[in-house]
Amino acid sequence: MSKNLFASGHTACAGCGQSLGARLVIDAAGPNTIVVNNTGCLEVFSTKYPETAWEVPWIHSLFENAAAVASGVESALKFMGTKDTINVIAQAGDGGTADIGLQALSGMLERNHDILYVCYDNEAYMNTGIQRSGLTPFDTNTTTSPIGSQSLGNIRPKKPLPEIAAAHGVPYVATASVAFPNDVQRKVKKALSIKGAKYLQIHVPCPLGWRHESGATIQVAKAAFETGLYPLVEFEFGKVVAVRQIQPKPVEEYLKLQGRFKHLMNNPEEIKKIQAIADANIEKYGLKA
Amino acid sequence: MREFLEGSRAIAEIVKRCKPGVISAYPITPQTHIVEELAQFVADGELKSQFVNVESEHSAASVVLGGVAAGVRSYTATSSQGLFYMMEVLFNIAGLRLPLVMTCANRAVSAPINIWNDHQDSISLRDSGWIQLFAEDIQEAADFHVLGYKLSEDHSIMLPVMVCMDGFILTHGIETVDMPVQEDVDKFLPAYRPLYKLDPAKPVTMGVLADPECYMETRYAIQETMKKVLDKIPVLTGEFSRVFGRAYNGLVEQYHTKDADRVIVAMGSVCGTVKEVVDELRAKGKKVGLLKITAYRPFPAQKVFDALKDIPKVAVLDRSLSLGSYAPVASEIKAVFCGKKKGPKVISSFIAGLGGRDITKDSVRQIFSLLTSKEVSCEFIDLKPELLKEKYE
Repeated sequence: MSKNLFASGHTACAGCGQSLGARLVIDAAGPNTIVVNNTGCLEVFSTKYPETAWEVPWIHSLFENAAAVASGVESALKFMGTKDTINVIAQAGDGGTADIGLQALSGMLERNHDILYVCYDNEAYMNTGIQRSGLTPFDTNTTTSPIGSQSLGNIRPKKPLPEIAAAHGVPYVATASVAFPNDVQRKVKKALSIKGAKYLQIHVPCPLGWRHESGATIQVAKAAFETGLYPLVEFEFGKVVAVRQIQPKPVEEYLKLQGRFKHLMNNPEEIKKIQAIADANIEKYGLKA
Repeated sequence: MREFLEGSRAIAEIVKRCKPGVISAYPITPQTHIVEELAQFVADGELKSQFVNVESEHSAASVVLGGVAAGVRSYTATSSQGLFYMMEVLFNIAGLRLPLVMTCANRAVSAPINIWNDHQDSISLRDSGWIQLFAEDIQEAADFHVLGYKLSEDHSIMLPVMVCMDGFILTHGIETVDMPVQEDVDKFLPAYRPLYKLDPAKPVTMGVLADPECYMETRYAIQETMKKVLDKIPVLTGEFSRVFGRAYNGLVEQYHTKDADRVIVAMGSVCGTVKEVVDELRAKGKKVGLLKITAYRPFPAQKVFDALKDIPKVAVLDRSLSLGSYAPVASEIKAVFCGKKKGPKVISSFIAGLGGRDITKDSVRQIFSLLTSKEVSCEFIDLKPELLKEKYE
């Protein structure tokens, strides 16, 4: 076993799903990889001067431009004739991807650069203190979608980003979860074996933001998948080609594990709405085994 | 070789001879002709570059950031709103100490929307860490790109260069330009040799988090380098003149200032008009002159001091504003003489040519006539009083 390309000693919280995801991705990609990172938790906890956790060439520019900076890196490698031997990965959180970075991401996908874009989806702006993003689920209690006498949390369901990415007609789009490390690494390797633009969205629980025990990260991620709230799907050229099937569990099994949904526990009407989101996913992708 | 060329064509031709491997741009008037020409060169196989058509100026700047970070000379061009949309990326490029050259086709800023020339776009980016060179004519604009890459990529500098050229007046104007031949460009500007780059064979981390323990030193370092740029530019213009046969000071140009009692300070294409008026007034025995500022960043304070210290009356012509305060160039000139024993008795400040209003020879004559012992600040030239009377009802 060679050394980890994402070294230990960084300052992520205990149980951080994103740091686990990032390690799985880069170790699957291997040392011949250049990483472009948006601003966010991952950048902050892995590269505080004078330390770095990265054993591969790595650059951070701004919050929203990793897809564009990576497009420049990839173009430079093409110009030098070395693109075929070097992977380019752009990576960001859900806010940096689905909200402020969506335009740059769409441009990268449309131009079909030979880049793997990885979104670590922990479903809110965790680095700035748990504000809601476009990938925050319905009824989630965050600091900018707080519960109150007039509020049950975030008013909209998650933006369908994998579908938006797939609609660009790129060769490969997939969702994954840190609950299934081998599946994450299989998808990274598959993506990197394909030329063109690839999008991988990985569900990465955040114990601090989701308010669960730091030891429960894998359990929580698994529950999201098992309830149908986080479907694991692969698209090729805009079409679904594979899904990971489930024996669906009721959504309470997932919601009850997390403080961010605690306010729903005595509200069967709201839970019904969330169950309907899961049921729609199960129906849409044929998740039921 | 002397050619009769549109400014944009000259810029595209000279950028081609600088051989950037990555070009990225988003269309905005009056920058478009430059990037259209470059796209055609690539389409015709005359230029072996990756031409990346992006969805915004923010991404155009980000693409060239990535290109040069990976070790390849890169180029972009923009204007006005586009420059503003790039703004955070431009600060980032300078902070990352990445060498680049971009063309800014100077244009007014909205609202109201206006596609014509003034300097508000570039001037508003003066604190970004970019070296800013203002061109008087198409020849200068073209030459400053070659000079700009050489300066930017110098391992003792490693700061980006913005070549500022007046929109339409220079980008769409046609002049005879002595276009450098490829062999001379190659002689002056060797292939890009990165000081650091993203390379799996030698991994580096770029764009780290700098906390209060180390951030300030990074800003100090740029400030110190800007001082070095002031020494470096004359060295490189000397080298440039040996290869290309054209001599520039590169910081300021003095035009009949030595014995003058009245001098206009200006930047960009208006300097040509001022020179004509100076010639006419000189022919009538008036002791007038022009001090052209070429380098706005870094600001050549010592050169300005030396040029103006014995001039009794100085008029500063600004084509932009710092709304609510002194005009940008005027405040720099005043700062040069603050607390000094020597210096002009009067430094008057004039605003002209905003949003493309022509600065005619009459406008320049008016500035000279208003340059009296009574100092004025932000005096607008060529205002239309009838428009100021309009009311919203």
